[in-house]
Amino acid sequence: MTTDELQQISTIEQETQGQYQHHVCVCVAAGCLSSQADVVQESLAKEIERQGMGDKCHIKGVGCMGLCSRGPLVSVDPEGVLYQNVKPSDSAEIIESLGKEKVSRLECSTEIPFFQHQKKIVLENSGLIDPNRIEEYIAVGGYGSLVTCLTEMTPSEVIDEIIKSGLRGRGGAGYPTGLKWSMVAKSRPGHNGKYIVCNADEGDPGAFMDRSVLESDPHRIIEGMTIAAYAVGATNGYIYVRAEYPLAIKRLRNAIRQASRLGLLGNEICGTPHRFNIELRLGAGAFVCGEETALLASIEGKRGTPRPRPPFPAESGLWEAPTLINNVETFANIATVIRNGSSWFSAIGTEKSKGTKVFALAGRVENTGLIEVPMGITLREIIFEIGGGIPGGARFKAVQTGGPSGGCIPENFLDAPVDYESLNRLGSIMGSGGMIVMDETSNMVDVAKFFMDFSRSESCGKCTPCRVGTAVMYDLLARITDGEGREQDLSMLEELCDLVKNTSLCGLGQTAPNPVLSTLRYFREEYNHQLVSSE
Amino acid sequence: MSPNVRVKTLKIDGKDVSAREDQTILSVARENDIFIPTLCQMDGLTSVGACRLCLVEIKGSAKLQAACVTEVQEGMEVVTDSERLHSYRKMLIELLFVARNHICSVCVSNGHCELQSLAQRLGITHIHFPFRYPKLAVDLSHDRFGMDNNRCIRCGRCVRVCDEIEGAHTWDLMGRGDASQIVCDLNQPWGSSETCTSCGKCVHVCPTGALFEKGKSSSEMSKRQEFLPYLTLMRGDHNE
Amino acid sequence: MSKKTLATVWLDGCSGCHMSFLDLDERLVGILDKADLVYSPLVDIKKFPDMVDIALIEGAVSSNEDQEKVRNIRRHTRCLVSLGDCAVNSNVPGMRNYFKVEELFNRGYFENATRNPRVPDVGLPQLLKRACPVHEVVQVDFFIPGCPPSADAIHFVLNELLDDRIPDISQLTRFGA
Repeated sequence: MTTDELQQISTIEQETQGQYQHHVCVCVAAGCLSSQADVVQESLAKEIERQGMGDKCHIKGVGCMGLCSRGPLVSVDPEGVLYQNVKPSDSAEIIESLGKEKVSRLECSTEIPFFQHQKKIVLENSGLIDPNRIEEYIAVGGYGSLVTCLTEMTPSEVIDEIIKSGLRGRGGAGYPTGLKWSMVAKSRPGHNGKYIVCNADEGDPGAFMDRSVLESDPHRIIEGMTIAAYAVGATNGYIYVRAEYPLAIKRLRNAIRQASRLGLLGNEICGTPHRFNIELRLGAGAFVCGEETALLASIEGKRGTPRPRPPFPAESGLWEAPTLINNVETFANIATVIRNGSSWFSAIGTEKSKGTKVFALAGRVENTGLIEVPMGITLREIIFEIGGGIPGGARFKAVQTGGPSGGCIPENFLDAPVDYESLNRLGSIMGSGGMIVMDETSNMVDVAKFFMDFSRSESCGKCTPCRVGTAVMYDLLARITDGEGREQDLSMLEELCDLVKNTSLCGLGQTAPNPVLSTLRYFREEYNHQLVSSE
Repeated sequence: MSPNVRVKTLKIDGKDVSAREDQTILSVARENDIFIPTLCQMDGLTSVGACRLCLVEIKGSAKLQAACVTEVQEGMEVVTDSERLHSYRKMLIELLFVARNHICSVCVSNGHCELQSLAQRLGITHIHFPFRYPKLAVDLSHDRFGMDNNRCIRCGRCVRVCDEIEGAHTWDLMGRGDASQIVCDLNQPWGSSETCTSCGKCVHVCPTGALFEKGKSSSEMSKRQEFLPYLTLMRGDHNE
Repeated sequence: MSKKTLATVWLDGCSGCHMSFLDLDERLVGILDKADLVYSPLVDIKKFPDMVDIALIEGAVSSNEDQEKVRNIRRHTRCLVSLGDCAVNSNVPGMRNYFKVEELFNRGYFENATRNPRVPDVGLPQLLKRACPVHEVVQVDFFIPGCPPSADAIHFVLNELLDDRIPDISQLTRFGA
């Protein structure tokens, strides 16, 4: 595959699509599918046939359009109209309206802040292309960056570009991606070479960013991983995806097959000596397997428990070979960084946090769904403009970021910019991108208890503080919500938070106290209110 | 031992010490009679850094490191005991007590138990966290040995000795969080195990009374662990 | 200096700690030189005095009666000492804690009853959901673990406390000792 050949595929695809006057795109990502988007797509297709529009109108399933709460979503081009809550029975009306007056009762305005305030890099193709066809990805410039890297750049130039972009790991901790790549590049390969691992074991309650990217634009991940493989000198890669994402798995499998067929994976990629293969590994449902050393153990077929670092996976990872492990969203940024250049990328965001971040906006907010925003945007903009505020005129209380590893941020910090450092300062974390909005009906002790329940049952049980500490914290929180808590329980909670945070073996334990710490910090009166006076 | 071993010098608790480059902080500390509490670590078995009792402070590092898995570095300054470490260690021991049903007075290992003696050594006179009181089974199906989950601290020594030394891998861990427990083969009664060689190594590396010989009454189960350094020395496959 | 006052209390325990206390033997005389024993199962006083300097509590808090008793004692005691493993960490009485009270009654008064199966309910204190250490109910100032703690440990602690020193007993006793 050369640049010319890619161009050819792209031209053919564009011509094929150009034959049609109308394009109907139905979102078939998991959110819309769960409200029967597949049935809608089927009935729209039938309707096109029935009305004899087969040669004028093209219908396809596409990835996530973002506004999941209004699904199923259907977009119609070239009119540029978005329809929401579409039912199979609306099909006839929609097809009849093509080229005429739009169906206003179904219209969802794209002028609203939800769409206007977003900045799409990772999701640039989501909702536009058919994730099942590599040609569509190529037609929007896909795999161009890979070919550029392989034919025009040295591995160290690729790494330099990533370093200069300022891209940081999107899995939560925010480690500089380029630095990680250069560590792996410098490590001496094991007898089995080096590995690239994509962490798609997304497990935070309420988070579905990675799933959505995999379902909507799987080739993007393959391209990012293959570029990384070239940069660090790896020949084998794994995508560790949780088994609870069957659709993502199906589309990834399909994408890997298509890319291999076109010579974009496998031996002699693009006619160069570079070879790279990707295998899928399915997670069996343990949250802790999102922790990198546990994930590697799981790929090796062992019990998924973390091990102490150092050695870091960059030096000794899968089967003791140097291993580059990045999150889905990190890999999803790579192709765009290469295509548009590091200075384009680093112009977006804040001084220390570059680019965009995808969030799964959920909870008590008008527009729930998937959003991508530039780093440095304020929480208030996300919740009240993009999110459309709290439904039913209720009062905002707190926003939880980072899932069970994050904290609850109260109203007076809503103007804080969303970047790694400032969220940390507020006692929360960026995390992988879950964002749960809570209104005045939420009891913050219950919230802390919910997340602690999650952490205690997802702790792998290897180290003492996380295994027992989270369980005892849960017991104490349950005692408080049962109305049997006493004042000393709060100081015990604080002691345990400190212990678990500072002595746990891995990130799960080290961050597990965050929901308790942040609610104690901002909503202590709610705890006090539920205590019984002690003797 | 390879002839070209490099030597590193470092400070532990203000004392200048020297070490082979592949030594852990724990082994150097022990050579120099500096006490660091441990439970999951055992010479002759792979160290896993799980119990977190051996956490030490290293100058210049914000994070505490487990001495049993952290290799020495030139010029390192290690603090093995501070008020903070002491209070963490006490809390960790307390957590081990509340997680299961440790009733020292009626335990076969009373007086020979590493958990009990560490509690005493660290000056723990009571447990201030609430007890969890899980309801757990005792497995007495094996002819000679018994397994009492109520006394298990999940240090994993039995799992490792069975796997790494005996080569049987009869024991393993099951489940997650505080519900995790040691299981025999595919979670079956010990007596029905087809992999167990009845060698008894697991019983003798167990730091508490969780694994014991049948017929032993309260306080009678003392453990003999001398075999392990001997075996590893004979095999020459471990440098500690 | 006026003589101090000493009380000992027996909750849910086997009285072994009190036996160990009696094992002080002739050293009891020395203790009683420094303090009067004003309330104890060993003496014939029914009402806990208004204020006691040191109270040793043996046994776990198992019933509502224990609970009230210990709360009352706390109000009338300067230095409250948990004596022995039952008071310190509920020990053997706590072995019932992984069962529900109904399960216990069922087992004890029905399944294993040969005649007249019924739960005794007249004039008996009610069992708490769990037998708990004293410090879960009230604040405790000092702990003497051991089952039972040796007479030496008790003697040392009493002597130190009576002389207004804070004893360090970690080398004298331990859980289960």
